[in-house]
Amino acid sequence: MEALANQLPIGLSIAAVLLLIALGLTFTFGQMGVINMAHGEFIMAGAYTAYLMQGWAGGQSFLLALPVAFAVAGLLGLLLEWALIRRFYGRPLDTLLLTWGVSLILQQLARDVFGAPNVQVTAPGWLTGGFDLGGVRMPYNRLFILGLAVVCVVGVWWYLAKSPQGRRMRAVVQDRELAAYSGIATGRVDRFTFLLGSGLAGVAGVALTLIGPVGPGLGTFYIVDAFLVVVAGGLGQLRGAVIAAVALGMLNSFLEFWSDASLAKVLVFVVIIAFLQVRPQGMFVLRGRSLV
Amino acid sequence: MTLSLTLPVFLVAGCVSEPGTGASPGVGGDGIKVGVLHSLSGTMAISEVTVKDAELLAIEEINASGGVLGKKLVPVTEDGASDWPTFAEKAQKLISQDKVATVFGGWTSASRKAMLPVFERNKALLWYPVQYEGLESSPYIFYTGATTNQQIVPALDYLAAQGKKKLFLVGSDYVFPRTANKIIKAYAAAKGIEVLGEEYTPLGHTEYGTLVNKLVDAKPDAVFNTLNGDSTVAFFKQLRSAGITAAGTPVVSVSVAEEEVKGIGPDNVAGHLVAWNYYQTTQTPANDTFVKAFKAKYGADKVTSDPMEAGYNAVKLWAAAVTKAGSTEVEAVKKAAGGISIDAPEGTTTIDGDNQHVSKTARIGVVEPDGQIKEVWSSGQPIEPDPYLKGYDWASGLAP
Repeated sequence: MEALANQLPIGLSIAAVLLLIALGLTFTFGQMGVINMAHGEFIMAGAYTAYLMQGWAGGQSFLLALPVAFAVAGLLGLLLEWALIRRFYGRPLDTLLLTWGVSLILQQLARDVFGAPNVQVTAPGWLTGGFDLGGVRMPYNRLFILGLAVVCVVGVWWYLAKSPQGRRMRAVVQDRELAAYSGIATGRVDRFTFLLGSGLAGVAGVALTLIGPVGPGLGTFYIVDAFLVVVAGGLGQLRGAVIAAVALGMLNSFLEFWSDASLAKVLVFVVIIAFLQVRPQGMFVLRGRSLV
Repeated sequence: MTLSLTLPVFLVAGCVSEPGTGASPGVGGDGIKVGVLHSLSGTMAISEVTVKDAELLAIEEINASGGVLGKKLVPVTEDGASDWPTFAEKAQKLISQDKVATVFGGWTSASRKAMLPVFERNKALLWYPVQYEGLESSPYIFYTGATTNQQIVPALDYLAAQGKKKLFLVGSDYVFPRTANKIIKAYAAAKGIEVLGEEYTPLGHTEYGTLVNKLVDAKPDAVFNTLNGDSTVAFFKQLRSAGITAAGTPVVSVSVAEEEVKGIGPDNVAGHLVAWNYYQTTQTPANDTFVKAFKAKYGADKVTSDPMEAGYNAVKLWAAAVTKAGSTEVEAVKKAAGGISIDAPEGTTTIDGDNQHVSKTARIGVVEPDGQIKEVWSSGQPIEPDPYLKGYDWASGLAP
């Protein structure tokens, strides 16, 4: 059945989007126990960066927008961490409220600067259209998002496994106190983690301009899904995020095919709630001695 | 000692001398207060902020030519925040606290349904400027947007005339698309048109992969689209990337106008159809003036759309009714309103005193690559509003 077969790449596509939006959050939430409700607005910042670059550099600016959005969103995250969040470590509920307020401020800022209506971001020509693979449709923009998600995951994995800063980050996640006693500047590591997490959100924002609206409310469409992936996958766990994203993407795709969009959303929530009853810590949990 | 006595005395005095009385609401000092209530934040802001802008422009123009009953109009703007209970709350606030003469507001039918009991309970007037699903005619609402026989039915007639026999329905999951689709299915049943599918997505939904897959699988002749808000952007972007062309599977939308086309990107929606009563390209002298004035006030890159024009008309129609009634008193304005006609940017539009809707010319348009909408069919004459579709046999089972 052709239509059913199409749901497979659609599921992977949804998984790629979920992964991109959740990757950064896995680290800020997992690493520092910071519940960052403004994560969606970092995604929005990335999307608006793509919009601005299109205005300045024209149609070929799309690929360039990716690193620029990383920098913009990353710096925004850094600013947020330095100005506000570092004063609230160990107080997750307070950071939740705080970052929720920041998210509202950022949304209104976007409304004031760019206007309330959605802005137009044109996909580059080489990402328009697609090809048919044995009756199954493969749009180029979806393939690009999939590829980008893979690149980001590999990049983050390499960073964590191979680079000295990455190892320091893992040390802080596993046991913050011990890492501090070993001479690691945990404050600096935290700041960098936040930069990384927010930067990844910015990259996700650029990718999302290919398939969705670019407006002040952009973050609100994706924030809940991002948290779902992180909570289901296990905090701070890269492979947890990947597996949760793929599972949720496929689940969403096939449930929607057999029922409708509203019901599928409800059912995905039900499945996650049921899963968390059995395994509240998510799919993968650190074997570390951390109390979090 | 004196301070603690003076303060409460001032407070009480302040409460007593409030502007406006029940007999002439809104009038106080040398101004008449009117409420403007739209979503200035949230997912519907993308559509509603510009309607507020058009209404404020109309108020400014009226004030420039002397105001109403010799007094200037003072707009009181409130944000419904795309949240229907907030609309009801702000409406109540405008009526009881600000004591406005009337309110111009709403967009989604959900917001209107939430506000309806507030206006009926307080016997205050709401002017609702957006096309909607009909089957309503509250005595305290004036509807300056199209009802179904002025927008959806002409669109269906147009599709039928083009030989489109198989339709696929796509809509946001709330009252307007659900009711509109009931009407479409009744029409289809009577005229031998097949409805291949009916899919709903929550407001703010952005993932259309599966829906487009189902749509493509069904192979319709045309798609009738009642999606609202940000979803339209995601839908058209993803529809195009799935290889659907406007020539092969035209989509007729009733909630996509010039403003939304800008956000979607003309490339993604060019060639598809829309059904409204007004386009920025509509050729009337009143429209020339309107577009120029709007661009002068808000920026040369702004566009005008049907709901904006209907909001603009609502203000002008109310002002005309108040002038004829000689007072802002609600019952007097209602009585005076029937038969009032203005040269609107869309052409002549007249209030029907019985159902409190207005006559409107139906126009089908195609989206051009430059983002403007070109008229491809017009009903020629304004169509009289028939919110309960009493004049249509096939609709006899539909009235609530």
